[in-house]
Amino acid sequence: MNASRILGTALQYAFLGLAAFLSIFPFFWMVISASNTSIDIIGGKTSFGDAFSTNVTNFFTQVDVPLVFWNSTKVAVLATVLTIVVSSLAGYGFEMFKSKARERVYSLVLLTLMIPFGALMIPLFMMMAKTGLINTHIAIMLPTIASAFIIFYFRQSTKAFPTELRDAAKVDGLKEWQIFFYIYMPVMRSTYAAAFVIVFMTNWNNYLWPLIVLQSNETKTITLVVSSLASAYYPDYGVVMIGTILATLPTLFVFFVMQRQFVQGMLGSVK
Amino acid sequence: MASGKTGGLKRYHDLNGWLFIAPSVLLIGVFLVYPIFRSLYLSFFSGKGMMMKFAGFGNVVRLWNDPVFIQALTNTVTFFVVQVPIMILLALMLAAVLNNDKLKFIGFFRTAIFLPCVASLVAYSVLFKSMFSVDGVVNQALMAVGLIGAPIGWLTEPFWAKVLVILAITWRWTGYNMIFYLAALQNIDKSIYEAAKIDGVPAWARFFYITIPMLKPVILFTTIISTIGTIQLFDEVYNLTEGKGGPANSTITLSLYIYNLTFRFMPSFGYAATISYVIVIMVALFSFLQFYAARDRS
Repeated sequence: MNASRILGTALQYAFLGLAAFLSIFPFFWMVISASNTSIDIIGGKTSFGDAFSTNVTNFFTQVDVPLVFWNSTKVAVLATVLTIVVSSLAGYGFEMFKSKARERVYSLVLLTLMIPFGALMIPLFMMMAKTGLINTHIAIMLPTIASAFIIFYFRQSTKAFPTELRDAAKVDGLKEWQIFFYIYMPVMRSTYAAAFVIVFMTNWNNYLWPLIVLQSNETKTITLVVSSLASAYYPDYGVVMIGTILATLPTLFVFFVMQRQFVQGMLGSVK
Repeated sequence: MASGKTGGLKRYHDLNGWLFIAPSVLLIGVFLVYPIFRSLYLSFFSGKGMMMKFAGFGNVVRLWNDPVFIQALTNTVTFFVVQVPIMILLALMLAAVLNNDKLKFIGFFRTAIFLPCVASLVAYSVLFKSMFSVDGVVNQALMAVGLIGAPIGWLTEPFWAKVLVILAITWRWTGYNMIFYLAALQNIDKSIYEAAKIDGVPAWARFFYITIPMLKPVILFTTIISTIGTIQLFDEVYNLTEGKGGPANSTITLSLYIYNLTFRFMPSFGYAATISYVIVIMVALFSFLQFYAARDRS
C-alpha cells in the first residue's frame, strides 16, 4: 500500500465520518435537550441536564398527550390503509384489465402527479367549509387517499404477479374481487409492506393540510402541537423537545424495523 | 354463438377493469382535478372573503406590482438554484464513497447518512431553530474552531436566514438522493472501475468521467424532483420563522405567501389562487422536462 492510497482512504473515512456526525447530531441534540431547560438549550449546552422530568411534566400539563397521539395515529393509520387498498385496486385494475380507454385514463392519472398542493389548498378548503367538514379528521384524510404515486407503484409491482395464479383461481371459479383479496393481496404482501411504510410516514408527518383544516385543540395532531409550541413568542424548548421526540419515535421505529421495505418503497414509488 | 360468448367475456373484462379503478379515479377527480380547475377559475376574481367580483387578468397585473410576491418568487428561485446543485453533488460524492465495499462500517455510515429522511419536516425545523439560536450550539462550535469571530444571527439577518433554510433542506434531503445513486451505482459493472484503476485513472477522474456520466439519467431525475419539491417549500420556512418568512420577508416562499394571504388575514382567495398558478406553471415546466428526458431514454 502506497502513501497516496492510505491518504485517499483516510480522506474517505474523514468525509463519511463528518457526514455521519452531522446527520446524527440533531437527533442526539433532541435527546440531550429533552433533559435541559429552555435557557440551556438556546445557550447551546451539549451535556445531559436534570430538567427531563420537569419538561415531561410540563408537556403533559400543556398538552392532552393521549388525545393528540390518538388523533395522529387514527388519521395516519386509517388514511394509509385506505390509500393502499384503493390504489392497489387501481394498480391491479390498470395492469390486469388493459384497454385503450383505460390506458388513456391512466395517462391522465399520471398527469396529476405534477399538480402542486399549493394550487389545491384554497378550493379544497372552500369545499370542506361548504360541506361542514372543517375541523374533522375526515377532511384531513379524503384528499390524501387518491395517490397517483402509489397507483403507479402498484401497477409496476403487479407486472411481477404470476398470471398462472390468476388463471388457476379462475378455473376454481373464484370471482375477480375474490382473486384480488384472497390471492393477490397475500402474494404481494412485501409490496404492501413497502407501500405502507412510505404512506404512513407521509401521513404521520403531514403538516400544511392539517394546519389549514384542524382548528381546535381536540382535533390537532402531534405535528401541529409541536409546531404551535415552538412558534410561541418565548418557546419553552425543553417542552418542545419532548414533543419532537414523541413526533419522531413512531417513524424512527418503523424505519428501524422495516428498513429494507422503507428503501424499497422509496425507490419504487418514484422510479 | 361463439362471437356472442367472446363479446360477453370482453364486457366482463371491461366491467371489472372499470370497477377496480373506479374508487381511485373518482377520488382523483373530486380532490385533484376539480380543485385545480377551480383555482384557475378563482384566479379571475378579486376581493376579500366571500365578496368576490370578476377581475379578468387584474390579479396578474397585481402580481407584478406586489413587492412581497416578487420577493417570494425570488426567494423560491434562489432556494432551488443554490440548494439543489449543492445537495446533488454532495449526495453523489457520498454515494461514490459508500459504494466502496472495502471500507469498514459501511452499513453504519449508510444508515447514519440516510437517517435524516426519517425526521418529520416540522420536528427537524424546530430542532434547527433551537440549534441555530444566537448563543446556540452551532455558533459556539463555529467560534470554537475559529471559522467565525462573532455569533451569526441565523434567524435575524436576511442573508443568514436564507443560508439556514438551505442548510436545513440539505441536511434533510441529501441522504434521500444518495439512496437513488447508491441503487444505480450497484447496477454498474465494477470491472469498468477496475480497468480504469489499472490504467492509472485517478479517483477524482473516475468520479467525473465514469460515475457521473453513468448516472446521468438518475441525476436528472433527482434534480427535477428536488427542484419541484423546493418550489413548493413550506413546512421548513413556516416553522423556522413562526410562519412569517422573516426577517423582513427574506425567507418567504410562494407557498407561504399563499397560506398567509388565505389563512392568516381576511382571505384573498382569488389573488392567492393566481399565485398558486405561478407554482403550477413552474412545476409543469420541470415535469415536462422530466417526461421529455424519460422518453428520450426509452
